[in-house]
Amino acid sequence: MTEEIITLDYGSGGGKTAELIEELFLPAFHNDTLNRLGDGAVVNLSGALAFSTDSFVVSPLFFPGGDIGKLAVCGTVNDLAMCGAEPKVLSLSLLIEEGFPVEQLRRVAASIAAAAEEAGVEIVTGDTKVVERGKGDGLYVNTSGIGTVIYPGLSPDKITPGDAVILSGTMGDHGATVMMAREGLAENSPLRSDCRPLHRLAKAALDCGGVRVLRDPTRGGVATTLNEFTQNRPFSMELEEEALPVAPAVQAACDLLGLDALYCANEGKLLAVVAKERSSAVLEALRHTPGGEDSALIGQVTQRAPGKVLYHTALGGCRVLARLAGAQLPRIC
Amino acid sequence: MPWGADFRRPAGAAALARGIREMKLPPVKLMEVCGTHTMAIAKSGLRSLLPPGVELLSGPGCPVCVTPSGVIDALMELSGRPGVTLCTYGDLLRVPGSDPSDSLNRRKALGADVRWVYSPMDALEFAAQHPERQVVFAGVGFETTAPGTALTVLEAQRRGTENFSMLCLLKRTEPALRALLAREGCAVGGFLCPGHVAAITGSEAFRFLPEEYGLGAVVAGFETGDLLSAVYTLLDMVRRGESALINEYTRTVSPQGNPAAQAVMEQVLQPCGDVWRGLGEIPESGFALREEFAPFDASKRFGFAPLTGQEPKGCRCGEIICGECRAQDCPLFGTRCRPEHPVGPCMVSSEGACAAAWRYQDLL
Repeated sequence: MTEEIITLDYGSGGGKTAELIEELFLPAFHNDTLNRLGDGAVVNLSGALAFSTDSFVVSPLFFPGGDIGKLAVCGTVNDLAMCGAEPKVLSLSLLIEEGFPVEQLRRVAASIAAAAEEAGVEIVTGDTKVVERGKGDGLYVNTSGIGTVIYPGLSPDKITPGDAVILSGTMGDHGATVMMAREGLAENSPLRSDCRPLHRLAKAALDCGGVRVLRDPTRGGVATTLNEFTQNRPFSMELEEEALPVAPAVQAACDLLGLDALYCANEGKLLAVVAKERSSAVLEALRHTPGGEDSALIGQVTQRAPGKVLYHTALGGCRVLARLAGAQLPRIC
Repeated sequence: MPWGADFRRPAGAAALARGIREMKLPPVKLMEVCGTHTMAIAKSGLRSLLPPGVELLSGPGCPVCVTPSGVIDALMELSGRPGVTLCTYGDLLRVPGSDPSDSLNRRKALGADVRWVYSPMDALEFAAQHPERQVVFAGVGFETTAPGTALTVLEAQRRGTENFSMLCLLKRTEPALRALLAREGCAVGGFLCPGHVAAITGSEAFRFLPEEYGLGAVVAGFETGDLLSAVYTLLDMVRRGESALINEYTRTVSPQGNPAAQAVMEQVLQPCGDVWRGLGEIPESGFALREEFAPFDASKRFGFAPLTGQEPKGCRCGEIICGECRAQDCPLFGTRCRPEHPVGPCMVSSEGACAAAWRYQDLL
């Protein structure tokens, strides 16, 4: 490719589109299935399958600890892993805004390839569209994925009073990093997005047995995911503030921006609700898996206030951890 | 030690909490004036540690919550004018206008150019970069944000940024507290005074509370340790039947405040009558731009009608804020007024009295 920017011609379906695919995407993602360049991919999988899709519209596209490409792979891989599945294949769609630098597209493609390799998935089919200048925010990415279910039956309906709630590390790293990056404040700070594939952590937890449900607390954070578990169900969850891991830089960023780490997105953490008798084993297994070193038992399932998430503060007080009515907006003062 | 840990997890916190819980007191209602105090108190779970009969009321100190629906209506109308970019703080975007389903967020979705900023200077910078837009900053807040807002007007004047203007919606704390205390049946028995307002005005600005009203007043910070200590001090004053002004936020607040900030406010702003959601019209309770800054006054540039009579019908937030009735006594509570569709200020704020009552109703 000789041009420095993506033009509408690259989305025409003609020679320029072929050039983009053959010179930029195929070398990055090459595998037997993709190399055939059929209208779709034919894959050999058997048994129960998990299928998930996710679209990525992050701004900025590049942030400390990741970029939209890595995020797009991890997002779908993690959704599959949370279903108890081993992620196998991904589709990849890119919506590129006219004028987008080819160099940045190469960086994103390299990042997608690296993340896919780490997660053990192949990109087997894809699509590229170019939209007119002003009709997209640089680059949007969609991935869909299929995995084979290894651990069937995970569901919040299986949660039982007495169960333990485990988080695989610090809260809010991704959300706080991206928000600070938007203000131009992330570069010279220890903030890093936690974006990473969770398939190994999920497997480590599930191999211990006793796991009722797994969920990666992305948008809306830990508080929102736990509220999804409890809503309209006959149990409550009680969290201990002292037990919740938050990195000091994330806490400082949240204080500065008027956010709450409990509601900030994570892209490399999982929440596991686990039968009490297996909770120590799961915690140990997570802590011995890369990315899970800071795993913590953060609370338990009770019957005190069915449908709600209760939060025991460091002071010894108790409050209800509510769902957000909408997006987390910074407070004025 | 991590940043802020000494204020957040102070040594002796447990003893202070126990001291508060075990204090023998007559029933008393204390008010935290500031919205950020309300949030911090909620987050710390402090309310659940108070002895029986002690209540913390959330006062009229959340600038977003006390902005009347009529102002939101006017902002929505302004945001729809051709060429106008409306900048304001994030949490104002969700506040409903007189139609509870309408907000700046919704207008933004429908195509209005509404942007949230962290600082009025961001709006001024945006104006400098987009000379083709008429950039209006909707400046809500109290004395805390007033100096920065005033400074931005001075900077706009210095730079001659003609496409920038300010809708001055700033409010003053003291007249609101006086109006509250003048209400028949006002049951407030002591104040946690707003630490960041006091950083500007000085703690002496709250001297009138003990001297004129015989009420205890403690200027408080915002971390768990600050709040615990301030509540303990205030309750102890109540217990001993004393009233005084005590500044417990001395790492930030001096008796006379910040003279540079006060000078900027004095230069740019002057007191004016204003309308508060839930409390109605209060004389001298707002700030307007002084006449010499009229070229930057959005209300003049865009011809804003004076605001009267936007109080939502049936809303009892005024009484609830003053502790005269409970959230559950309001006919709108849980019917027309809910967290997803707030009518009054106490439901607008996620930790306002009504929102909290709604959330906790089946726990108590």
